[in-house]
Amino acid sequence: MIKKSILILLSLFFIAFGAIAQEVEMASGLRSEGKIYVVVGVLSIIFIGIVVYLISIDKKVTKLEKKINK
Amino acid sequence: MKGMWWKLLGIVLVLYAIIGGFLMPVPAMPILNETIRNTFFHIPMWFAMMILMTISLVSSIQYLSSGNLQKDAAASEAINVSLLMGFLGLFTGMLWANFTWGTPWTNDVKLNGTAVAILIYVAYIILRGSLQDEHRRAKVSAVYNIFAYVMMMLFINVIPRLSGTDSLHPGNGGNPAFGSYDMDNTMRMVFYPAIIGWTLIGTWILSLKMRINKIENKLLYD
Repeated sequence: MIKKSILILLSLFFIAFGAIAQEVEMASGLRSEGKIYVVVGVLSIIFIGIVVYLISIDKKVTKLEKKINK
Repeated sequence: MKGMWWKLLGIVLVLYAIIGGFLMPVPAMPILNETIRNTFFHIPMWFAMMILMTISLVSSIQYLSSGNLQKDAAASEAINVSLLMGFLGLFTGMLWANFTWGTPWTNDVKLNGTAVAILIYVAYIILRGSLQDEHRRAKVSAVYNIFAYVMMMLFINVIPRLSGTDSLHPGNGGNPAFGSYDMDNTMRMVFYPAIIGWTLIGTWILSLKMRINKIENKLLYD
């Protein structure tokens, strides 16, 4: 009886640990299909767009500074 | 462009964080899954916010010791930019929390602390708007800013760590944040450059606002 219960307990433990050790789901499909590059590309374009805008403001301000300091 | 090198550095670092943040391997962790990559984008917002608030604090102290109104303007513009970063951090955090904790807002010490800290700084802007006299406004808001900074640091960085209640947010109530459990060394290689990059971008916006401010003043008073 004791032996049996220990066995059951042990098997329960193994099931529990098995669940923890189970592989965590990651977006490996997205990666293997190379679609992640699309995401990276989109975000890079958005960021570069914002930077270009910032640069244009910066240039305009520099121009105004030169004008006003004359 | 003035100060070309650090602006370029900021651009390169953020671009690196975007590319590296999505393509570098990250530890596979339950609940977080792939969203662990948000670390590269959500947390730098807060760091940039806190660094810009530190710039504002320094400017306020400089104003109080010199009476230079330019410093007062720098302090207030730095708060404006830091609040932009803060709100971006708040909204990205809510989106992330909705996925990992199942709800955009929990009554967590860290979350409520940041909300209070942001409200303190919103009050700073309202305070400034309510005072007409320039020098009076500068003096009152500079003193307020010093208190606000202390409260912000307490609410964001101290109380969440001291509070006995468990916090869901990493870095608080026994949860590690930058420890080896959450972040491995490849993640650090993206994480720290991202912080520096976003801080530089924020500083760039701040410098632009300051230069526009100077032009405006010159037009007004000359």
